[in-house]
Formats: sequence, structure tokens, C-alpha cells
Amino acid sequence: MSADQITVHGAAGVHTVRVVLPAHLRVLAGVSGEVPVTVEGVVSTRSVLNALEADHPQLAGTIRDRRTQQRRAFVRFFACERDLSHDEPDSALPAAVARGTEPFLVIGAMAGG
Amino acid sequence: MSGVRVLVGTRKGAFVLTADGGRTTWQVDGPHFAGWEIYHVKGSPVDPDRVYASQSSGWFGQVIQRSDDGGATWQQVGGNFTYDGVPGEHQWYDGSLRPWEFTRVWHLEPSRSELDTVLAGVEDAALFRSTDGGGSWQEFSGLREHRTGPSWQPGAGGMCLHTIVAHPTDDQRMFVAISAAGAFRTDDGGNTWLPINKGLRSGEIPAGDAEVGHCVHRIAMHPARPDTLFMQKHWDVLRSDDAGDSWHEVSGNLPSDFGFTIDVHAHEPDTIYVVPIKSDSEHFPPDGRLRVYRSRTGGDHWEALTEGLPQANCYVNVLRDAMAVDSLDPCGVYFGTTGGQVYASADSGDSWAPIVRDLPAVLSVEVQTLP
Repeated sequence: MSADQITVHGAAGVHTVRVVLPAHLRVLAGVSGEVPVTVEGVVSTRSVLNALEADHPQLAGTIRDRRTQQRRAFVRFFACERDLSHDEPDSALPAAVARGTEPFLVIGAMAGG
Repeated sequence: MSGVRVLVGTRKGAFVLTADGGRTTWQVDGPHFAGWEIYHVKGSPVDPDRVYASQSSGWFGQVIQRSDDGGATWQQVGGNFTYDGVPGEHQWYDGSLRPWEFTRVWHLEPSRSELDTVLAGVEDAALFRSTDGGGSWQEFSGLREHRTGPSWQPGAGGMCLHTIVAHPTDDQRMFVAISAAGAFRTDDGGNTWLPINKGLRSGEIPAGDAEVGHCVHRIAMHPARPDTLFMQKHWDVLRSDDAGDSWHEVSGNLPSDFGFTIDVHAHEPDTIYVVPIKSDSEHFPPDGRLRVYRSRTGGDHWEALTEGLPQANCYVNVLRDAMAVDSLDPCGVYFGTTGGQVYASADSGDSWAPIVRDLPAVLSVEVQTLP
């Protein structure tokens, strides 16, 4: 992992973030491949998910609780080879995510059956 | 020629099975919502092309789907089930208190008169209503806030409101059942609720005449006789002839009085069906023989229906929402198993044949009689 990937971004402005969704959520949203979302200001888990749900309201409640906004128990957030699931939702994501050189991954917990 | 459409919810998607009135040749369409748990799919009595489906997963939560073409195509319409106010607490398995928390929709009950009105029974137990075709949901909080609510406890499948029986003519009266709280009735359109569990005897709770705490598995009613209710409880098959004010056991000669599902013949209000299951430790048919039991006397006297059903090495279960009847003559009876078979009888249960054998575990079966 490069230092550039670890560095959090702090830049204002408009960012295009690449979001990777699990298969079930791609079907719900009617998308294939990565989903680009536009985030203004700080790129954080919250701002990315807000933008994602604004573009794809079918996803409301599927990644985080509708009322509490807490991450659902079997969902994780990865980026730049790090598990960001337990970071504060308003913490800035790595600069590489804000620049669009690395994707923000929404991961469903692995399970058989 | 009229036909039927069987709506099947499974652990891994929904399936739509269709046939003409002969009910011998079937088309199987699906899976819809592949990979998701589909607890219930049910059509509107107002317009059979309007169908609602409960789609959920432990990963990604609850989605409500609606079809306006009989299940051919679907539209995601909602999934926001928020309890009124600050939800209280109920008993957990160990007797500790636990906050009410929404998990999923177990049962959808479309209105008999309003196309866009549909009820939802959910886990943790509560009743919701949508009047916009499933887009938004409002709780009947008088049920969850009943004074007995803090003493309700989950059954093994969760604390779910799984049964909704609407009165055929009185829109103020409705029955619901909750595992493991019991049965409740409203006579004012859902604002207030009365526990209707007198006569139930449940060995799992210490008080013989407990007002709540009974693991009711299913209630069925014939619309021509709305004061008569039939119940499959965790153990015991019961009957009420006073709209639930009192119950008496009608298990009679059943090989096991445990089971999940119960239903009533479409044209004979005293003909009822159950699928006895061996419990508590096994939850499959006694002796590995899949038998539907029919009573033509409203209970007590039961006959085994076996023709076309496996009578050896069968170890499936039939869950509470997995039996339905059509309104053709003769009445068709349908049920699905946790082994993925959906069986149909076009002669009121005298003989059976599988419509399909290898679906994912079946959670629910509903049938629509089509013009």
C-alpha cells in the first residue's frame, strides 16, 4: 500500500467516487460494474452513502439502518486494502478514494448456504 | 377456461406456477429476486394482477416488491417499517428484556376491497398498513403497545406476527397471531386489541390459563362462517365458534397434534387440512411419511391423505404459510415443503402430485383463482 493511499483527503470541491456494490445490491439498483457517485466536500463514508442513496433510492436501508444510519451488521466497508467499517462515518476516506484512483467497496459478509 | 396461479416464496427467491383449470400441466416461472429470502407473496383479491412480495435478507434488510402484471415483472416500492414512537421492550428467550427491533416482514395481506391497501405482519411483532400500494407503511401501534407486550417472547423463528385474517364483511374486525404471544382480535379497525387465547393450554408456560405466551402457528377461517376459527398451535389443533373468545381442542385422532399450517376448504366450511409434524426435537413427518390430514367435521375426526405423497423416507417440514386452497370446484389444495417440493391436489386432497420438486426450501404458498 502506498503512502498516497493511506493519506486521507481533506480537499474541498467535487469528487467522483467509484463505489463497488455486492451483487444483490447491484441488482436492486439496476446497475452493473462500479457505480460512480459525485460527492461535494469531504469524502466520507456518510457522504458517499448519502450520494449513493440519492442516486439509487432502492438502496435505502440495505447498507445502513434507515433510522439510526448505523451500518448493517453483515456489511463492511473496504478501501485501499483497509477495513474502514469501524471508522467514524464522517471521517475522511483515503485520498485515493476521493481522487477516484481506488474504489470504495461495500462488502456483504461471506456466508454459505 | 379459468386457471390458477400459485405464488411460492422460498429461501432463495420467488416462483410463479400457473395452470389452467384442469391443474395438471404447469408452467414454472422464476426465480424472481434470486438469492433473497421471500417470506411471502400474495395477490390482491381486488385485482389478481396486483401481487405483493416480501423480499429480505439478513445482510441487506427488507424490501417490498409489487407486481401489476401477475408476477411477470416487479417494482421495488418500499421497505421502511418504523415503529411508532420509541419502541418498548419485550422478553428475550432467557427472560431478559430486549428492545423491539424490526427484522423482516413475514406476511402480507392485501385488502379485500382497496387495491392499494395492504397489511404487513412483521418481526419483531407488529402490524403495519400501506394505503399506497406498499410504498409507505404506518404501524397499528395499539397492538405492539398492548399492556401484555412487555411479556411477549419470541418463538424459535423469532417474535413474528405471521398470521393476519381479515373479517370478510366487517372491516373493523381482524385477527392476528404472534409467536409466541398468541392470538389477538381487533373490533375497531386495528386501534385496540384483545388477546383471544382462552382455552389454549401450552406446556411451555407455567400458567394453564395464561392470557398470552402461546405459540400459535396459524389461524384459518372460512369466509362464510367468520365466527369459526381453526388454529394450529405449537401443539394442539383448536377451534373457536365465537370469534376467538374461547377455544377447544379438536386434535382427535391426529398422529401428532403438532404442526405449522392449517387451512379450510373453499366450499366446505367444516373441511379443514393440517400436516402433522413430529416435535419437538425432529420437525419432520411422523414415520417419514408425508400425510395431509383432512377433517370433514371441523376437527376431532381426521383421515390421512396419502395418494401421491411420499410414504417413506420423507423428512421435510411444511411451514405455517405454506398451504393454500383455490376456489375452483373441486377445490384445489396446495402446499410446499422445506425440501423444495410444491404439491397440488385438484380433488380436495384425495390425490396429490408435485408441481415442482426441487425448489429452495418453501416458506410460503398462496394461490389465486383466475377468471
